Parts: sequence; structure tokens; C-alpha cells
Amino acid sequence: MKFVDEFRDAGTARVLATKIAALCEPGRHYKFMEVCGGHTHTIYKHGLEDYLPETVSLVHGPGCPVCVIPMGRVDDAIAIAEHDDVILTSFGDMMRVPGGRGSFFDSKAAGADIRMVYSPLDALKVARRNPDKRVVFMAIGFETTAPSTAMTVLRAAADGIENFSIFCNHVTIIPAIKAILDSPDLRLDGFIGPGHVSTVIGCRPYDFISAREGKPLVCAGFEPLDILQSVYQLLLQLGEGRCEVENQYSRVVPWDGNPKALQVIGEVMELRPHFEWRGLGFISQSALQVKAKYATFDAERIFNVPGVRVADPKACQCGEVLKGVLKPWECKVFGTACTPETPIGTCMVSSEGACAAYYNFGRFSRERVKEATHS
Amino acid sequence: MTEDLLAESSKSQVQDLGPSIPTRANWAEEAVAAHAGAEHLTREEQVLARIAKARARKPKIKEKRITLSHGAGGKATQTLIEAVFLDAFRNPVLEQLEDGASLATAAGRLAFTTDSYVVSPLFFPGGDIGDLAVNGTVNDLAMCGSRPLYLSCGFILEEGFPVADLQRIVASMAAAAQAAGVQIVTGDTKVVERGKADGCYITTAGVGLLERPTVLSAAAAEPGDVVIVSGPIGDHGITVMLARGELDIEADIISDTAPLHELTANLLDATGDGVRLLRDATRGGVATICNEVAVASQVAVVLDESSVPVRPVVNGASELLGIDPLYVACEGRLVAVVAPDRADAAMAALTAHPLGAGAAVIGTVKDDPPGLVLLRTTFGGTRIVDLLVGDPLPRIC
Repeated sequence: MKFVDEFRDAGTARVLATKIAALCEPGRHYKFMEVCGGHTHTIYKHGLEDYLPETVSLVHGPGCPVCVIPMGRVDDAIAIAEHDDVILTSFGDMMRVPGGRGSFFDSKAAGADIRMVYSPLDALKVARRNPDKRVVFMAIGFETTAPSTAMTVLRAAADGIENFSIFCNHVTIIPAIKAILDSPDLRLDGFIGPGHVSTVIGCRPYDFISAREGKPLVCAGFEPLDILQSVYQLLLQLGEGRCEVENQYSRVVPWDGNPKALQVIGEVMELRPHFEWRGLGFISQSALQVKAKYATFDAERIFNVPGVRVADPKACQCGEVLKGVLKPWECKVFGTACTPETPIGTCMVSSEGACAAYYNFGRFSRERVKEATHS
Repeated sequence: MTEDLLAESSKSQVQDLGPSIPTRANWAEEAVAAHAGAEHLTREEQVLARIAKARARKPKIKEKRITLSHGAGGKATQTLIEAVFLDAFRNPVLEQLEDGASLATAAGRLAFTTDSYVVSPLFFPGGDIGDLAVNGTVNDLAMCGSRPLYLSCGFILEEGFPVADLQRIVASMAAAAQAAGVQIVTGDTKVVERGKADGCYITTAGVGLLERPTVLSAAAAEPGDVVIVSGPIGDHGITVMLARGELDIEADIISDTAPLHELTANLLDATGDGVRLLRDATRGGVATICNEVAVASQVAVVLDESSVPVRPVVNGASELLGIDPLYVACEGRLVAVVAPDRADAAMAALTAHPLGAGAAVIGTVKDDPPGLVLLRTTFGGTRIVDLLVGDPLPRIC
């Protein structure tokens, strides 16, 4: 595939791997966090860790949009879907996320009209085709997806589509990174910055990580060579005693972000005072809600959602996994009580979740796997 | 009876293979380590061992209601089959869980199979529910190593369904049956109220004659065997997905639906008992078949991503949809596991037929780690290829 295969070239990867190994100080261990779930997925899907020395470990961060949705919000969405005249539309990833009373799939099997869509504009299409129904879009994601949700609201407003609304669960990345940095259990040497989010917010918001926290960040693309190069850049910075924000993904990410997208978000949404993150608890100013100006498109205002906080199951250690304190397999229920078939925690659901990625792609002694595949 | 046949056939296969099975020098040490308890294992390995144990447990349905995942051909489907159907109907023939049942009668050995078709839309580029329903059952019979003879068909029609559409479907069934050399000899029709079905569902069953002594089984793979696929994968699944028009993607691609009985006959004639098993890569795709083999034969199946034939358009669409072509259904492709000394003969037989022109060796069977499918990625890394829980593309057949 053009413009993709170039970023998956094994020959280039070998060259980079040699350079990476040469940059590692003997005896020193390096811990880098990839913030974004998309990176986690790429790392496992392509078996990228085979190229890294054992002294470099990648820690999976909180940037999987599905993983951070708390159980209470799933319950709220299901409560909306249970209205007879409602069609709830959602990305496929959300369908199996467990709430306090089951998942969207369970609710759908019990009779609710819940449909998978690939974009909020598809949800708007569903609304146009079903004028006698109220169509609600389960909006999730970081700043990456917020602009398309906001655009859809603007389109609905312009076209006078009155049976469409969004259940807004958009979150913002910077407060999540701050929460990680505040966590005392974790010592990181640097960050692989979230490329998709950065296409919208740019690289400037990360300045505090290098300036105040003294950690380098390299904003990275999503092909395996992008990530490998970012690791190289991080090691280079550490070796040279630098600590900067760098943009590896410059073919897509403008340093100042996308002002139009930010403007659209700002038009439709505003920061919430508080929002609960799965496993991380309440983080202030960390999520978006629909502005009063667009109240008629806000499902939270239209429907009387229970809004009950549902505690995570006791055994679930998603929070520690999201913060990178625990590796997926270190969670007590990993792979036994909590599996992709019957997930307890969100990290086991999405293909971007650290636990699901590890379970589906990496769940075996690397040595034995290597022996089988490289001999 | 089936068990006896199976035991006998695998014995003869082992004899053929004798010298080429790689022996591990350190097998004794590994066996000791595996049984000696935790102290030899790292913490991560202990967790992984615990998971392997949990996965080997008897499957149990935890859901209270059927969800779409139960029909997707992945883990949930397997659980449903084993915990509900197999548990209730248990017998030695069904327990094999092959594409069709092999039945020994006084008159000879027969293959018997059935399949239901609920594809949406009913008509798609390259085919429709009619030829799909014939080819799918013909292929299940062919994968048992049999010559397909007779089919039955059952229709469930929704009130209001256009007769013209039904005639179109039936005409395409007739043409497909003729092409496959089978006759549709019995049938049934039911009509349900509007809204109780989606237009037209078809169930076909088929009987075939097992003319060769070979017994094919997912449990027959041996270390050293090669894994072959008969052509580019994923065409059918992607075609149907795009035909629904929900994605606003237009691509030049048609379904690969086709009868594979000639291809399997050629293959079996050319390789004799060197073929361990044949499977048509329908729901769940090539990845699911490889997992069945790995578990049933307690071997590792190691695939080489760069050798897997995938059309650029399928690759592109899969990339956009975030799915892996290894899991996407085909309706005219087979996966064969073949003894290493017959691999060349198998490839020659496949590529000589138009339906096998794009055949490729995509992997090998190894002894360790048993029960897993591993993938050497094009990028040069490794990962596991597990069963999917649900299906990213529902109702494609």
C-alpha cells in the first residue's frame, strides 16, 4: 500500500534498532510512556518490541478513549437507549464496554435500538432517515474526535435537524498527562506524544512537560517506524542532556495545531468543572460538555440521565494500568476473570486498550515466540 | 468409527513424515521445567500459564441473551457451540467439529453438512445469497474430502418479499448447482410476518461421497507441515461490507464465491494422504482456521505476514476500517495444511486450477508453543494471532 508500506519497512527498522541500541547507556534502564492507545495498538500489532533492547521498556498510557469511560457513563447511555423512541449510535469500540448493568451489546440484545456508526455524520444520517425517532450519538474521544462531533452539531443546527443530539463524553489529554505525572509510583524517562490529538492541539501544550517536569516528549506518528524513530529521538535527547518537545509526526502535526478545529470545539463545547475517568477518578477541567447555546443537541439536558457514579469492580486495576504503574499482566484478574470475551475493565475491551493488546497480540513468553518465528 | 479412521490415518501420516519431524534437543529440560512448579518461571510466565489453564477450562456461556458475537465465528461462537449444542447432542461424529460429518455406511463413507445464509445485502458484486448458499455447502463437503452430490434447501421468506427477487436468487442457485455438479433434491419453504425476518434466509444441507481413504482433521497437523492458502484473502467480506453502502467507500472488488470441489479433488489426487486438513476460510477468516488447527493438533502455527496474499484494495479497506484481513471471510478460498514433502506437489496442483492460481505458502507448523498462532509481521516483529471475540463485519454470509 502506497504511503503506508514505506513506514513499515523492516530494513529501515533494523538500521534504527542498531542506532537505538548504540544510544543506550550500558546498565541504564529507560522507561517511556506512549500516551495514546493508537500507539499501543501499533506496538503490539507489528511486534515492535522485538526491535528494542531489553533495557528500553514502553509503558502504556491513558490515551485510549474507550478505556477512560467510567461505568456510570455507560449506564447513563443505556438509560437513554432504553427510551422507546431512541436510537443510540456509537462507535463499534464502545459496544462491549461494561457498565454497572452490562454493555451496549447486552442492552441491544435486550431490545434497545443501538447501532454502530463510523462517524458522527453517519449518526446524523440515521437521524435524517428516522424523523420519528430521537437519535443520540455517544460521543467519545480526546481532542482528536471532538472537532467532528462539534462539526456534526453545527451541521444539525444549520439543517434544522431536531431529532439529533449527542451524549458528550469528550475528554482532554493534558489533564490526563498531568495526573500521570502526579502519580508518585511511576518514574518515566520521557513521553511518546499522542500524534492524533496533536493534529488538533499542536505541540505547544506539552511545553510544561519539558520545562517544568524535565522530561522529553516526542510527538509521534502511528506507523511502526514512526514510533521507533521517536524512541531514537528520545534516547538522543537524553544522551545529549536535552529535554525538549520534538515533533516526529511533522507530516501531519502542525506545531500550532489546527486552529479551525479548535475553533469549532470552542463554538460548541466548553470545559466541565469535573469529569470522572475510569480508574483515575475525578479530574477537574478534564472533559467537555455542550454549551448552553446548543442545549437542544445535548442529550444530557434532554434526557433525565441517572448520573450515578458506579464504583469500579474491586478486583479491577485499570487505573494502575492506565497510569502505567502496572503492566497489564500484573493485574490480579488479567486473563483469568478479565478476558476480551468477558471484560471486567475497559482496558480489556478496545483494540487500543493496553490489556486487550497484550492479551491478543503479546500474550506469550517473548523468547519462545521469537524462537518459533525467527528460526 | 470416525475415531478409528482418524487414528489410523494419522498413524500412516506419521510414518510418512518420520524423518522430517524436527526433534528438540532440550525437550527433557523443558518438560521438567513445565511440571516443576513455579520456581523456574518468571512472574510473567506464571501469569501466562494461569491464563492458558483458564482458557483450557470447559466453556460456559456467561451471557443471558444471544448477542451478535455468538454468530461471528470467533470465541463467542465456539463457546456457544461447545457449551450449548455439543453438550446437548454429544456424539463421536459431532465431537470432531469439522466442516461436515463423516459417516460410515454399508454402502461407503459419506460426508454430510449444513449451513444457513443470512447475508445482507442479498445481492452483492460477484454473487448473491443464492450462489453463496450452494457454494458454501458444496465447499464444506469438498473440505471433508468428498465429492458433493445432493443438496437440500430451506427458505424462510418475509411477507412482502418480491417474487422477482426470489426468482433471481433461485436462478442463481440453479446455475451454481449445475456448475458444482450437484442436484438440489429436496426443500422446504416458510413465510413469516413482515418484520420477523430480513427478506430471505436460506439453509442448505448437503451430502457428498468420500471416495478416498484419506481422513482430514484439524487435529492431524504435525510439526514441519506447511500452511497453504489458495488465493488472495478477504475479497468476499470486504465486498459485502462495501456493498452495504454504509461506509461511502467505492472500490473495484467482487466476491470470491466459488465452488472448490474441483480444486480439492485435484489437490487430494496430487498429494494423497499428505494433506492433513482442508478448510474453506469463511467466517473468522484464515486466522480462525489456524487457531482451530493449533488447538486441535496442539501445535504452533507460524504465519509469515508478507507471504499472505491480500489484494491492495482489501488491504486498503481493512486499514481504513481498522480490521485485519486475516480475519475477513472468503467464500472461494481454502486453507490446506500439507506434509512438507508434499508441499510442492500441493502448490503445483493448486496453481494449475484457475481458482488456485494465487495460491501461496503462508506459514509452517511448529511444536512450540502449542495451541498458539504466531505471526512474523512484515515489519519484522512477532505477535500472536488470537481468535476474535466478535466479528467486525457481521452478516456477510
